[in-house]
Amino acid sequence: MSHKVVVTGIGATTPLGGDAKTSWTALLAGESGISSIQHDWFAKYELPVTFAGQAKVPAAEVLSPQEVKRLDPSSQFALVAAREAWADAGAPEVAPERLAVEFATGIGGVWTLLDAYDALKEKGPRRVLPMTIPMLMPNGPAAAIGMEISARGGVRTAVSACASSTEAVANAIARLQSGELDVVVAGGCEAGIHPLPLAAFAAMHALSRRNNDPAGASRPYDKDRDGFVMGEGAGVLVLETEAHAKARGAKIYAELAGGAVTSDAHHITAPDPGGTGAARAVKAALKQANAKPEDVAHINAHATSTPVGDIAEYKALLRVFGDHLANIPISATKSSTGHLLGGAGAIEAIFTVLAIHERLAPPTINLENQDEEIPLDVVTSPRKLSDGSILAISTSFGFGGHNAVIAFRSYQG
Amino acid sequence: MALSQSEVLAGLAEIVNDETGIAAEAVQLEKSFTDDLDIDSISMMTIVVNAEDKFGVKIPDDEVKNLITVGDAVNYITNAQ
Repeated sequence: MSHKVVVTGIGATTPLGGDAKTSWTALLAGESGISSIQHDWFAKYELPVTFAGQAKVPAAEVLSPQEVKRLDPSSQFALVAAREAWADAGAPEVAPERLAVEFATGIGGVWTLLDAYDALKEKGPRRVLPMTIPMLMPNGPAAAIGMEISARGGVRTAVSACASSTEAVANAIARLQSGELDVVVAGGCEAGIHPLPLAAFAAMHALSRRNNDPAGASRPYDKDRDGFVMGEGAGVLVLETEAHAKARGAKIYAELAGGAVTSDAHHITAPDPGGTGAARAVKAALKQANAKPEDVAHINAHATSTPVGDIAEYKALLRVFGDHLANIPISATKSSTGHLLGGAGAIEAIFTVLAIHERLAPPTINLENQDEEIPLDVVTSPRKLSDGSILAISTSFGFGGHNAVIAFRSYQG
Repeated sequence: MALSQSEVLAGLAEIVNDETGIAAEAVQLEKSFTDDLDIDSISMMTIVVNAEDKFGVKIPDDEVKNLITVGDAVNYITNAQ
């Protein structure tokens, strides 16, 4: 028998707020989490991009000094969001062997790595801290969460650039459906607002350079979009078999009905212009959800605000949905949060879950002149979604030709 | 000017607290780093490097394994100054 998978807890720390509820409220209010970078280190690098989506609540304000010392910033965000999600789920009692973590990061512990390299160059090998390796390794966030909740059913990390955390959520489905596990904590994180990733993304002209208007810089589907905006933070979902959730009387936000991963094998950074790989991922996720394209009532799009990416995604969606695409309210929430890279899919999964739970599609800000080549029905102020059973999808695509899509269905007990 | 044994102990306790969160008052001469204070080898190496910086001494890696108790470390640092 195949178990139904449900969402019983959410947690997030984002440029919009230090928890999921605050982030969602700010998102609905049309706020921007993007601002100029004020860190002490910033000025000396003379970077061409001077803004980002910085975490609204620094992790150091929430964690103990020892946790901050022993965890890379990416793991710090992960732990903050995981604690919120776990508490929100009511701290499920579950056998540790039947509890797993499916986590993600795009870049990993880049602050730790580069700080350690600076220490090595400036002070020699003895000043490279012994915690450097466990802090920089990309599985560090998953391991930190696993220890926090005593997960012994496997602690895995998906690394597929900007598709990472959608892939991580998708990776949870099979082992829950089969009954091998009762609970999976899934999500992703990123802490890449560091001069090197900023310089490198800027070098490939992937970042917006709207330095005089940070809040207006992330503008998916707008004619004047000129690149994505780096964001940081984490998102975590507690996923559970319906049977386990009901047995303990847990509140259920939504059903995680399907998830799929495909790859383009086309180009290391450019999306497949035909969108076939992305379209296959959407179709496969819908198939797993036993749904037809016409059943989709809302899409939280990848929509990073790059000139090429937004059009490529539109073409891929058109390939799947055809005429029905014009009827689907689309939200591009990176307009408010920026692009959290390996954490993006997780916070967008949370926004998708909340959209169907509250029957409210969140707005896309900064859409002033919609690109006529992308005639989507973009939600620009919170919009009511229909009653009854509804399905929503969240899409993520990453450098490397990674495509990941997850589908959530409204839950009726 | 060389620090006294009690000044070294106070400084070391501060380093231990900073690294592990263990209360500085709990860092006493007769306490074992591993058995009493539950400090792992990774934290110990960080404590050693920070102690070298703070007290201006060298503590060779070969010597660290002989520093069983807080008192061992305090004596080593006091004599090495």
